[in-house]
Amino acid sequence: MNAIILSAILGVVLMFSGIMFKNGNTVRNIAIAGMLILLFANLAEMKGYHFFDINTKNLLSFTRFGLLFNSIAIGATLMYMLVSSRDIVNVGINVAEYFALIFFVLCGIAVITAFQSLLMLFLGIEIVSIPLYILTGADKRNLKSNEAALKYFLMGSFSTGIMLMGIVLVYGAKATFNIELMGADVNPGRNAWYLSGLLLLLISMAFKVSAAPFHFWTPDVYDGAPTVFTSFMATIVKAGVFIGFVRLFEGTFANSGYQWQLILAIITAATLFIGNVTAVFQQSVKRMLAYSSIAQAGFMLFALFSFNSLSREGIILYSLGYCLATVGIFAVLIRMKDYTFEGFNGLARSQPVLAATTTIFLLSLAGIPLTIGFFAKYFMLASAIKNGAHLWLVFFAILCAVVSVYYYFRVIQAMYFRDGHAAIEPTTPGFRWILVFMAALVILLGIFPNLVLQYLYF
Amino acid sequence: MPINLYIFLALALFSIGVIGVLTRRNAIIIFMCIELMLNAANLLLVAFSKLHLADKANPALNVATNGADAQLFVFFIMVVAAAEVTVGLAIIVMMYRNTHSVDVNFLNRLKN
Repeated sequence: MNAIILSAILGVVLMFSGIMFKNGNTVRNIAIAGMLILLFANLAEMKGYHFFDINTKNLLSFTRFGLLFNSIAIGATLMYMLVSSRDIVNVGINVAEYFALIFFVLCGIAVITAFQSLLMLFLGIEIVSIPLYILTGADKRNLKSNEAALKYFLMGSFSTGIMLMGIVLVYGAKATFNIELMGADVNPGRNAWYLSGLLLLLISMAFKVSAAPFHFWTPDVYDGAPTVFTSFMATIVKAGVFIGFVRLFEGTFANSGYQWQLILAIITAATLFIGNVTAVFQQSVKRMLAYSSIAQAGFMLFALFSFNSLSREGIILYSLGYCLATVGIFAVLIRMKDYTFEGFNGLARSQPVLAATTTIFLLSLAGIPLTIGFFAKYFMLASAIKNGAHLWLVFFAILCAVVSVYYYFRVIQAMYFRDGHAAIEPTTPGFRWILVFMAALVILLGIFPNLVLQYLYF
Repeated sequence: MPINLYIFLALALFSIGVIGVLTRRNAIIIFMCIELMLNAANLLLVAFSKLHLADKANPALNVATNGADAQLFVFFIMVVAAAEVTVGLAIIVMMYRNTHSVDVNFLNRLKN
C-alpha cells in the first residue's frame, strides 16, 4: 500500500513541480529524490511498517512476492533515472510531465503486483498503459514516434477490450472477481463461459507481455518510441505485467482443472523462436534489443509453464537481471550517434569503461556464468525440469539461448575487434560510475543470487 | 428475458468490434470499434449482475455475490474508457497534424 499511495502522490507533486521550476535539472533531482523515498517506503513495508492502514476489502493483497518485485521495479527505475534522466530532460519541453508519468506507471505496477480482484488487474494494467501511450508519443514532431504511439495505443486498447470480455465471462461463470475464490465450483453448466473467458484473458495478457503470436506490435513500438522510454517500457513495465500474469495464473488457470501446459509450451517455444531468430537479422541495435526483449519474455514464460517454487524465485531473479542489464545497455545506446552495429565499432578504444560495462550487461543477457543472467536462466530451466512435462521445451530453450549469443556478441565484437570511431556524446564521470555500479551488481548477484532471493522467505 | 439473449447480443457487438478493428483502416473507426468492444463487456456485466442476483435466491447454487460488484465494475470501465479516449484522440490529432491523414496504412515507416 505504501508504494501505491506514495507513487501517486509523488506523481502529482512532480506535475506541479513543472509549474514551480522551469529548469529541467531541478525537476530531475526532485524525481530522483522521490524515487528514493518510494524505494524506502516499499522496503519499510517489506519489513512490516505500513504507513497507511487501509482495508482493501479483498481487492488487493500484499504478498512477499509482490512486494519484493515492487522493490526490484522501483530500484530498477531508480537506476534508470540515475543513468538516463538527463536524456529524459532532452526529449521535449514537458519534462515534469514525463517524470510524473513514470511515477504513475510505477503506481500501476504496484497495483498489478498486489491485485486480488480482477477489477484491480484491469485498473492496474490501464494505469500502466495510458501513461505509456503518452510517453511513446512524447517526441511530438517525430513521425516515427507518432506512429509508434498510435500503433501502441490501438493495439493496447484492443487487447484491453479482449481482456475485459475475458473478465466478464469469468465473472459470469464464477460469480466473483476474487481470484482466491475462483477454484470454487459454482455452476457446472457454465464451465464453457469460464473456459472461453480464461482463453480471452490468456490472449490479452500475451498481448501485453508481447508473447508470440501476439508480439507483432513490439518491435515497431519499441523502435519508434524515444529511446529513453523504450528502455523503461521494455524492462520494468514488461516485468511488472509478467508478475501480474503469474498472479493471475496461480489464481485461475493453475487450479481450473484444465490442461494449460501444452498451450503454454507452444506459446513459449514460438516466442523464443521468433524473438531469437528475427533478432539475428537486425541491423539496428535498438531493433535487435526489441526482438531480444521478446526472446527474454520467452524465458520469463517458463515461470507460468512450470508452476513451482523454483519458478517463483526464477521470475524474480530474471526480472532483476533483465531490468539491470537492459537499462544499462540502453543508457549507452542513447548516447550513441549511430544505432547500427557499425556505430559501435571501436568503442572500446575511445570509451573503455562504457565498453566494458556494456559487455558485462550483454553477457548477462546471453546467460554467461558469473552474471545474474546465468542463474536467472538456470532457475527457469531447472523449474521446467522439476515440473517434468514437455522436456523438449528445455532443449529448445537452450538452443535458442545459444542463438542469442550470436547477436549479443556481435555488439561486443564491434566494440572490441573492429576498427572505427564510434561517435558518442560526452559522458560524465557520474554516469560511468553508476554504470560500473550496475555492472558490479550484475556480477555480485550472479555469484550470490540468494542476496535477493532470501527476501522471498524472511 | 433469458440470459442467453443478452450473451448473444453482447458477443455480437464484441465480434463486430473485433472485426472492425481488424479490417478497417481509418484510425477513428478502429477506435470506435474498440469502444464497441468495451460497451459489449459493459452490457454483459450488467446482465450477469442481474443473473447472479437471481441465482442468490437459489440455495442449490453457491453464489457469493448479489451482483453489485459487477455494476461497480461497469463504472470503472466507463471511467477508464473516458481516459483512453482523451489520450487516444490526442494521439490521433498529433498524427493528423504531421501527416494530414488518419489512415493507418500510413503507418509503415517503421517496417524497414
